[in-house]
Amino acid sequence: MSRAEAEVVAQGRAVSPLWTFGLLRSELRVTFRRWRTLALLVVLAGVPVLIGIAMKVDSGGSPEGGGGGGGPAFFSQVTQNGLFLVFAALAATLPVFLPMAVGVVAGDSIAGEAHSGTLRYLLVAPAGRSRLLLAKYATTLVFCLVATLVVAASALAVGALLFPVGEVMTISGVPIGFGEGLLRALAVAVAVAASLVGFAAVGLFVSTLTSSGIAAMATTVGLLITVQILDTIPQLDALGPYLFPHYWLSFADLLREPVYWDELGKNLGMQGVYAAVFGSAAWARFTSRDITA
Amino acid sequence: MGDGPPSAERTAGTPDGQGAGGARTADAAGPSPRSAAGPAADAAAWVIETRGLTKRFRGGQVAVDGLDLAVPAGSVFGFLGPNGSGKTTTIRMLMGLIEPTSGTARLLGRAMPGASRTVLPKVGALIEGPALYGFLSGRDNLLRYDSADPTADPRTRGARVAAALDRVGLTPAAGKKARAYSLGMKQRLGLAAALLQPRDLLVLDEPTNGLDPQGMREIRTLVRELAADGTTVFLSSHLLDEIEQVCTHAAVMAKGRLLVQGPVAELAAGARGRLVVTTADPGEAVRVLKEHGVTDVEAAEGRVTGSPPGPEGPGLAELNAALVHAGVRVTGFGVERASLEDAFVALTGEGFDVAG
Repeated sequence: MSRAEAEVVAQGRAVSPLWTFGLLRSELRVTFRRWRTLALLVVLAGVPVLIGIAMKVDSGGSPEGGGGGGGPAFFSQVTQNGLFLVFAALAATLPVFLPMAVGVVAGDSIAGEAHSGTLRYLLVAPAGRSRLLLAKYATTLVFCLVATLVVAASALAVGALLFPVGEVMTISGVPIGFGEGLLRALAVAVAVAASLVGFAAVGLFVSTLTSSGIAAMATTVGLLITVQILDTIPQLDALGPYLFPHYWLSFADLLREPVYWDELGKNLGMQGVYAAVFGSAAWARFTSRDITA
Repeated sequence: MGDGPPSAERTAGTPDGQGAGGARTADAAGPSPRSAAGPAADAAAWVIETRGLTKRFRGGQVAVDGLDLAVPAGSVFGFLGPNGSGKTTTIRMLMGLIEPTSGTARLLGRAMPGASRTVLPKVGALIEGPALYGFLSGRDNLLRYDSADPTADPRTRGARVAAALDRVGLTPAAGKKARAYSLGMKQRLGLAAALLQPRDLLVLDEPTNGLDPQGMREIRTLVRELAADGTTVFLSSHLLDEIEQVCTHAAVMAKGRLLVQGPVAELAAGARGRLVVTTADPGEAVRVLKEHGVTDVEAAEGRVTGSPPGPEGPGLAELNAALVHAGVRVTGFGVERASLEDAFVALTGEGFDVAG
């Protein structure tokens, strides 16, 4: 058997192992060329603009108020330092907007292809089920990073335009230079993107369950909201540390001097566990499923 | 051409080192070393071979029931049956999209769905109509499908896509978004996707669906060209005349079961032809024919048909002489060759009712 197979390979065209990445490249190109993806990114880029303008208008009325102190810690500092708009915007988009956008992309990944029938042609191409699933997940992760960077970049631009920038006062009360502050901002963006890894796997799994892209997106976003509500119910405190959004706001610890790694580590660990569990579930489901659409 | 014995010869010939066939020969040679020792001696003669292939869906409905299909290499194989007879489910099992409940399917001599990765790059398929990314242009759709194949060379991708577009006549519309395509154009683009690489086998599920007569003719011409190049074509259809026009072999499905398979000529020969007399005196002709042992006589306007008498009955020449002798004005006399439809009616005892 193996000898016969080797013969076939030897007589066939020389296939480069690198060609296998063609699917991932195509997936990235198709995803980021869809107007839907671009619309999501535009909406995400708009959030910091809205926050920035609101803060500017508000501070114009009462220079000392600085946002009333009701929101996350960063908001009060935005008017003093535009760089803080990056942190404020990420803190504002992480609970809802970012995961919702990720839910759309992840939920649609397999189910959308099944719905349009293109899934069967990808599979007979043959894309290979595991390979296709990996390409879809990798693309979703790239989207997580791009979406986060879009929010951060938009916030940085708006912040620099509307507010003064300069030395950054960390949460610990120790000032750091602006360059160092920029690096921290980048680190925060990466931490936020990494926070979405687990949720992206949940969305991918949901996507393998149905042949309707819309249903998969709605279910994924519904799950997000449900889990976040569960996380805020005091009676369910015991459950909290096992829910994927529980440590999401740990990225703020990157703004301490020195950086406080404990919860950041817990967050990354949990995202890894979620990715492994739901990634395996998605794989088990997708590789055994009858493609009838 | 292309019936049982020639394909057996082809297989027997391969181990002797006739390597001129390229990838195709390599495939046929693959299982041969084993088959010399094993019971599956003729496995490689068949491009598609199923044994007891069965699919029972979760609701308990049996879509395909104990299918033993054998498609010889080099044939244009018509897979015929009314809508809902299990054709598409069979094709999906062949292509590894659906797991059979029981039974086995072999494609190019290898077991599916296990060998998907090695077999499917040599198989082009159109399954249950085309499926396209509406937001991509026709060309980008093909680029996408080609990228999904890990054995497709990215350096020749653009050229192969252009060639496939050209082959189905879509070059002028290549830059248009696929959602703006007509049904016929979508069907062509689906075909182009099946032709991105040189294939050993083409599986075409209802390829002329939604096409106008001109489009149908073009597709049939294309199928003949491909077959002439040595590609085996497995063509499903619910149109009898389509199968009769292009296929060398055919199988007939009904209600998930295989009724019959074999060379089209043999299938049609299984049903006896009809004796047809064109005459201005149908009443008299009916009387004379019945007298001479012709059964199942039917008279239509200016035309009388019946089952020709068996070998022990009168010969056709005698029948004609008898008619003329009785003063029947005969303008036409002969036996019409049985069509596949006659064969189908003979097999099932019912008409080929697509609407059912």
